[in-house]
Amino acid sequence: MSELTSGVLVFLEIKNREISRISWEAMAAAHTLAEGHGLSVDVALVSSPGNPIFETIHGKAPRTVYAIDHPLLHEYTADGFAAAYAQLIEQVNPSYVVFPHTYQVRDFAPCLATRFKQVLISDVTGIETHAGAETAPPTFIRQLLQGKLNAHYRHRGTGPCFLSIQAGAFRADAAEAGATTLATFEPRLDAAKIRTKPGEPFRASAQTVDLGSASILVSVGRGIKEEANLPIVQELATALGAELAASRPICDSGWLPMERQVGSSGQTVAPKVYLAIGISGAIQHLVGMKGSQCIVAINKDENAPIFEVADYGIVGDLFDVVPALTAAVLKAKG
Amino acid sequence: MKIIVAIKQVPERDARIRIDAEGTWIDLQDVEFTLNESDAYALEEALQLKEEHGGEVVVLSAGPERVGKTIREALAKGADRAIHVESDDLAAYDALGVARLLAAAVKDEQADLILTGLQSDDLGLGQTGVILAELLGLPHASLILKIEAAEGGVKVLRELEDGWFQHVELPTPAVLTIQSGNSKLRYATLMGIKKAKTKEVRRVTPLELAAEPEASVVVLERVLLPNKQRTTQILGGSPAEAAAALVEKLRFEVRAL
Ligand SMILES: Cc1cc2nc3c(=O)[nH]c(=O)nc-3n(C[C@H](O)[C@H](O)[C@H](O)COP(=O)(O)OP(=O)(O)OC[C@H]3O[C@@H](n4cnc5c(N)ncnc54)[C@H](O)[C@@H]3O)c2cc1C
Ligand SMILES: Nc1ncnc2c1ncn2[C@@H]1O[C@H](COP(=O)(O)O)[C@@H](O)[C@H]1O
Repeated sequence: MSELTSGVLVFLEIKNREISRISWEAMAAAHTLAEGHGLSVDVALVSSPGNPIFETIHGKAPRTVYAIDHPLLHEYTADGFAAAYAQLIEQVNPSYVVFPHTYQVRDFAPCLATRFKQVLISDVTGIETHAGAETAPPTFIRQLLQGKLNAHYRHRGTGPCFLSIQAGAFRADAAEAGATTLATFEPRLDAAKIRTKPGEPFRASAQTVDLGSASILVSVGRGIKEEANLPIVQELATALGAELAASRPICDSGWLPMERQVGSSGQTVAPKVYLAIGISGAIQHLVGMKGSQCIVAINKDENAPIFEVADYGIVGDLFDVVPALTAAVLKAKG
Repeated sequence: MKIIVAIKQVPERDARIRIDAEGTWIDLQDVEFTLNESDAYALEEALQLKEEHGGEVVVLSAGPERVGKTIREALAKGADRAIHVESDDLAAYDALGVARLLAAAVKDEQADLILTGLQSDDLGLGQTGVILAELLGLPHASLILKIEAAEGGVKVLRELEDGWFQHVELPTPAVLTIQSGNSKLRYATLMGIKKAKTKEVRRVTPLELAAEPEASVVVLERVLLPNKQRTTQILGGSPAEAAAALVEKLRFEVRAL
């Protein structure tokens, strides 16, 4: 139904009135894919075309930027977004549809793919394009078993291939000049078909600690086993003059307040030193601390994914290593 | 309230990771299996809703015979009955294929709610529940921490990024994917374990469900251990030696002490 040649369609997201960083990364992934296959890149964003945010679109220039504009999209609903996106996909008829892997995307993209009898390849960390792209489709890499294994996936069949791109996996492109057209896309939406009623977002608790300003964070994970063992890491934090942080299960158990949780559903931190103690290094944790200047991991499992990002590592039992470290710090500080 | 909970059996968290002969999955010999973490929370939510409002909790699982053990554990915790979609060859299905099986198994159940975990700990697709909703034509909400009954449906607490939340209201029947961590999980009691033995487990095969076997659109071709391009300096020796070495680094290289 479309006269355009097929290409890669990337859906961007707005966060805090800006196009989110992970959206730029998804766009970079889309360009990687497009270059390998001689395709063009189009992008789409839910917003009115008059929004100055469109002037901030940078990186390698897309062919067309679609402003998806409808009053029923002012607040996010899976029904509204899936319907609107499906209509644009039908019009543009891309070979690949690329999303940033955000909570919002996880909520509707699997539905959307299903409407096209497709399966979203979620949380992609790498794309390998092959020579002779027409006959050899690309390989998509994603993690299994919480980062302990990588898997190669391939898309088969004729429909569009849906992908979501993991945070931090691609580096946003540098700005390049190019001719881009801005087009308004007004989907046909029916209020009666939007079945969910979303409420206003809110924050759970008042923030009383500012993890962001601590220069050293001692972060504890499920390796600590029991709440009663927390003093071991607390003593290290005190010796270092550090704040205590944690992975999600520690906060879920109520052993530390949620405001100390680091990761995609908690805080994002970038201290001078981040000590990860008994933390495996699941991606949702890593996205919250990868930017730290120096990462130290203490873990009994030498294959724990946390070592992929650590500058220094001690492979051992934290119940031996942490007290020894506290003693060494106190000694060094005299 | 009639609630269906989709539960998946997955390898234990600290299972030894060795790649199998075909190079498409891990060697399952000697691997212990367990109930997927977020599914345990989905089951807990369902049991709590039943305690509050009455009704029935039905667990649903697709997988080989060994899945029966995880199903019994769910029954021992208080689920009323189970549906086991028996297949030795679930890896041949993509997420849409698995969701089609689950949809076919529950479509005549007239449940008010279908709960799934947010994400499986092995494949981590994070989408089976959402696809299921689409296949059944039901509204859904994902990343749910809490469910309350409301006029004509439910009001749920949904997790957003960076420590934000929102409430969402939706009519029932609906599908919810449950995030881990919001409540304390119960253990099976001795009484529960005894009772579980007599509870109904309906076994069906994909063939009996006549879930049209369609070719997978997404294929897992092979698995690999992550290639370690790490620059980590591992500090060896005894705990005291490693600790002393780390303090040196922090003092003189990182200049953080
Ligand atoms: C949508 C979503 C959002 C999420 N948001 C977050 C988030 O914001 N933050 C977050 O942290 N997680 C988050 N998670 C959860 C995340 O996926 C992981 O489950 C979690 O980070 C694991 O925490 P952990 O590393 O403490 O525990 P585990 O993964 O259980 O790791 C424990 C580690 O301790 C080690 N260990 C055990 N005993 C010892 C010992 N004696 N000495 C030394 N080491 C030992 C083990 O080898 C293991 O590596 C989220 C998940 C989802 C699906
Ligand atoms: N084989 C299965 N049997 C029952 N439920 C499943 C199965 N596979 C996935 N699910 C459900 O779907 C959720 C999400 O799985 P996934 O999409 O693989 O991340 C799981 O937490 C389960 O609740």
